[in-house]
Amino acid sequence: MIEFKMPSLGADMEDGTLIEWRKKPGDFVKRGDIIAEIETQKGLIEIEIFEEGKVDQLLLQVGDKVKVGTTIAVINDGAESLPQQKPAIEIPETIKPDETKPMDMESAHESLSHRIKISPLARRMAEDSGIQMGDLTGTGEGGAITREDVELAISAQTSKTEKSKSPVDQSLGIRLAVAAAMSKSNREIPHYYLESRIDMRNALAWLSEMNVKRSPKDRLLPVVLYIKAAALAVKQCPELNAEWKDGLILKKEINIGFVVSLKAGGIIVPAIHNADQKSLDQLMADLNDLIPRARNLKLRSSELSDSTFTLTSIGESGADTLYGIIYPPQTGLIGIGRISEQPWAENGMLDVRSCVSVTLAADHRASDGLSGSRFLSAFNQFLQKPETI
Amino acid sequence: MNREELRTKICGLLKQIAPDTEPEALKDNDKIRDVLGIDSFDALQFIVALDEHLGVDVPEKDYAKTDTLEHLLNYLGEKIH
Repeated sequence: MIEFKMPSLGADMEDGTLIEWRKKPGDFVKRGDIIAEIETQKGLIEIEIFEEGKVDQLLLQVGDKVKVGTTIAVINDGAESLPQQKPAIEIPETIKPDETKPMDMESAHESLSHRIKISPLARRMAEDSGIQMGDLTGTGEGGAITREDVELAISAQTSKTEKSKSPVDQSLGIRLAVAAAMSKSNREIPHYYLESRIDMRNALAWLSEMNVKRSPKDRLLPVVLYIKAAALAVKQCPELNAEWKDGLILKKEINIGFVVSLKAGGIIVPAIHNADQKSLDQLMADLNDLIPRARNLKLRSSELSDSTFTLTSIGESGADTLYGIIYPPQTGLIGIGRISEQPWAENGMLDVRSCVSVTLAADHRASDGLSGSRFLSAFNQFLQKPETI
Repeated sequence: MNREELRTKICGLLKQIAPDTEPEALKDNDKIRDVLGIDSFDALQFIVALDEHLGVDVPEKDYAKTDTLEHLLNYLGEKIH
């Protein structure tokens, strides 16, 4: 048996509210399946499962607020069973204010199995909608739960879900999440900054050459070059692809957190998994998928929790230079300003070239200026030879 | 499609790209991206929409000709006729 815990969705998230179970007891699940939808400050997040097995128990009810790290489901992976006489799991530590004491799961299960009167149709409707039988009030003969009772509960659940998606709440929630993460970063991480100006002539010429042959939907944006170059450069400076938690923890995967600005204000940072191994076309496809979902606050749990290094690009009409704040507990962030024409001196000659200012914000506990410089130098080298990445 | 119909069509496509904005309120010489707050990703989605809905493939070298409604209407008018 495996205890599936409420995952952390970033340093700025402490809890969430269950909106819907997407699986029910008895369902088989595999890695990557969505087991639940949880409302958080960062929107409605699809919670992925990372185990394989059969859902044994779901320990939350729709509307329950739960802290990160709390067991929310039990998955039977075929390994040793939990002792029968006592539940091996802790009852979820919910923070619902009116909860008084944990429910006895065994007796609850027994009660549900033997005492609830419910018609087969109503039972199926309740199960399909993720509604717990214990939540239903029966109005049929002898207190039996009828189809109408389940429909009423479904309607109440839907309105609760809609209410929790109010744009004002979401906007405020995002603002608070950003505030929490940035305050923590500023308080705890001793940042140092390095800056380079990069000649974009080769990169832009190469991109134009690629795009001229492509239809609009297949065109690449300069940002995919940045993402790939950053992923390859950080590979050479592993202390920037890491976490600092009472010591340096190097990360094996290179997952670039890509900062997406939200229309209503605030930012959200979904992860582009294994960016170092993806082609530019794959990275562009990832952006086409991620950006609209990020703006609709419809991301998956792994996309919010797996970033190992952050990239933020201000865009074409933004500021020249961007000094970022590291997303804790990561140890580095690259900030890219807008591309603009600038005077460029080389070999004693003056030229006008498209340039971009690139900054590295790094955690001085994890790395020093020398490795930070190495990173910026590698980033530049990759952009000078875009055909090689 | 006359110029007014084309304008309505363009505003509809912009509304899809930037749903929280009012493209109908754009003046002819307003910089579309600046006024509607469209970033480079959204700008590319708009170019894709022009291709898919109007059959006009705007090459990168012509992006600058689509910066205002007036320029865009002139450009598309030439391409469509």
